[in-house]
Amino acid sequence: MKRIYVNEEYCIACRLCEIHCQVQHSQSKKIIKAFKEEDPRAMPRLLVEEEGPLSFAMQCRHCEEPRCVEACITGAMHHDETSGAILCDEDKCVGCWMCIMVCPFGAIRRNMVGHKAASKCDLCYGEKMPVCVAHCPNEALTFVEATASPRRNAKGNSE
Amino acid sequence: MGLTLLTPEFRIDRDQERCIACQVCVRQCANDSHVYDSEDDRVYSDETRCVGCHRCVTLCPTHAVTVRANPLDFRTNANWTPQKLASIYKQAETGGILLTGMGCDQPYPIYFDCLLLNASQVTNPSIDPLREPMELRTYLGRKPDQVELEEGPDGVQLKTQMAPQLTLDTPILFSAMSYGSISYNACLSLAQAARACNTLCNTGEGGLHSSLYEYGPNTIGQVASGRFGVHPDYLGAVAALEIKIGQGAKPGIGGHLPGEKVTADVSRTRMIPAGTDALSPAPHHDIYSIEDLRQLIYALKEATNYVKPVGVKIAAVHNVAPIASGIARAGADYIAIDGLRGGTGAAPTIIRNSVGIPIEVAIAAVDTRLREEGIRNQVSLLAAGSIRNSGDVVKIIALGADAVYIGTAALVAMGCHVCQKCYTGKCNWGIATQDPNLTKRLNPSIGSRRLANLVRAWSLEIKEMLGGMGVNAIESLRGNRDALRGVGLNEVELRTLGVKAAGEA
Repeated sequence: MKRIYVNEEYCIACRLCEIHCQVQHSQSKKIIKAFKEEDPRAMPRLLVEEEGPLSFAMQCRHCEEPRCVEACITGAMHHDETSGAILCDEDKCVGCWMCIMVCPFGAIRRNMVGHKAASKCDLCYGEKMPVCVAHCPNEALTFVEATASPRRNAKGNSE
Repeated sequence: MGLTLLTPEFRIDRDQERCIACQVCVRQCANDSHVYDSEDDRVYSDETRCVGCHRCVTLCPTHAVTVRANPLDFRTNANWTPQKLASIYKQAETGGILLTGMGCDQPYPIYFDCLLLNASQVTNPSIDPLREPMELRTYLGRKPDQVELEEGPDGVQLKTQMAPQLTLDTPILFSAMSYGSISYNACLSLAQAARACNTLCNTGEGGLHSSLYEYGPNTIGQVASGRFGVHPDYLGAVAALEIKIGQGAKPGIGGHLPGEKVTADVSRTRMIPAGTDALSPAPHHDIYSIEDLRQLIYALKEATNYVKPVGVKIAAVHNVAPIASGIARAGADYIAIDGLRGGTGAAPTIIRNSVGIPIEVAIAAVDTRLREEGIRNQVSLLAAGSIRNSGDVVKIIALGADAVYIGTAALVAMGCHVCQKCYTGKCNWGIATQDPNLTKRLNPSIGSRRLANLVRAWSLEIKEMLGGMGVNAIESLRGNRDALRGVGLNEVELRTLGVKAAGEA
């Protein structure tokens, strides 16, 4: 399956990935409307980590052996057979945050607005390419077959 | 310090209907022109800091930001223009020499724009480069006075011993831009593109970074007055050597890389202490005559076993033709001439704008002089100093150049917006800076791809123009001034350029 990889050497911390992620997960999917009119505003499903000149976008790694799926008490967090992505069925999610507790990457966030649910990257389900990758101005984010780079399990170790 | 009399050069217009306060502009501006106010959830602008580089405009996801020249008008005065007043205000405040980057931006005549190319009609057929071979291969180096052949075991072979030649797929090379003045990522982009296009880039006087040695076969190594980074491995790694006497943007003066740009890596490459200013003297202290130059040329040839061409780069100045003649006679394999509009990372504004002559007339004068003296074959001529498109390449080759150096055009391909602030070290495009927050903005895989695209596009256009003129090799165009006609030029200009006026058969 294709995965998102980040080359932190060329991440410029512009956060356009976060902005376009918000737009993609908004009601209207229109950038000005999503930010200026929609209330509540959609949450970004990824986060740019920054310290000094080092920065990179962090989103769900879609682990082979996902701890979040194991820990989920309702079966909301699941492995999607067709895409290979780890998705959260927000209707089933009860907001116990066990997934957040066990995620070694800190890639899941609490969405406290309305029906509280775990918010995470869905690889822009249905899109050819995740919008964070498509809009990265410096090609720091790439969406390539997982074999291009060593696979990592939930412990962060190469398999 | 009291009130500054300087007014903002630009206005930042933000369409509040479109601005989503995402702060991309705030994060991208190294000059802090944009400020986010969390209380108002609004982005404000401080125009006094704006340099007009368009980084914010380009990255704004809603196209809410635009930058315009500040429409502030002074009382109309053709003599005391706003720029001249601003220079005086600035000098009255600082008491210093005004600095700038890039090439001369003054409205002197641009001869390229007064020259028009010929094309075939009826009496000689034009050639379609998509269907027939079209040769852009260029050999740089000393050519023999005559060629002797002999019978060999595999038929006829060359008897004449050829001087070392540089073989390029296209007559476009990347100008000297040093590591230090530009970022490592910019150097890497140029080197990768040079390899991809089978042409050459040039180290400038900053030496060659150890991890760029693999690109040595596509690199010309400069030996300049500061001798930065020149050592046996360097001489061995590069394809050719170039003695830099002068630069079009600042003929007659040296260079000054401020200590802030001399990072640990730059210091290692240049072989100078980190954090110290890298000063290139105005003259080479061992070259005060053509005879001295000859000694350095042959010292470099000796050091590289006579297998590498050694060129000399000079700025286009009033006596460029006799100087070039002297350089040819001193044993140079090629002469690079950098015209008035040649760029720089930093130069005194007054020098950049007032010293030198345009490259078009310089190349024409040098080519004419060398032909008259019968020594044109002894050197190749490289033209530099604002080659802006493939039309300029074809015109300067018709005026007598063998190939061109592109510097500013290459930077623009990598994202440069010619804001002329290279000397500040705050290049928002990650090119003319060593700040790790900024250098990462230039991804070399994007930079080299864009450069290779530019060279490819220009090469295709050159082929189309050559085909239109009915010639099938760039060799056939070289010095063929009959392919050019002048418009709006006076008799002296036409004579110097060696071209007829438009309408003359």
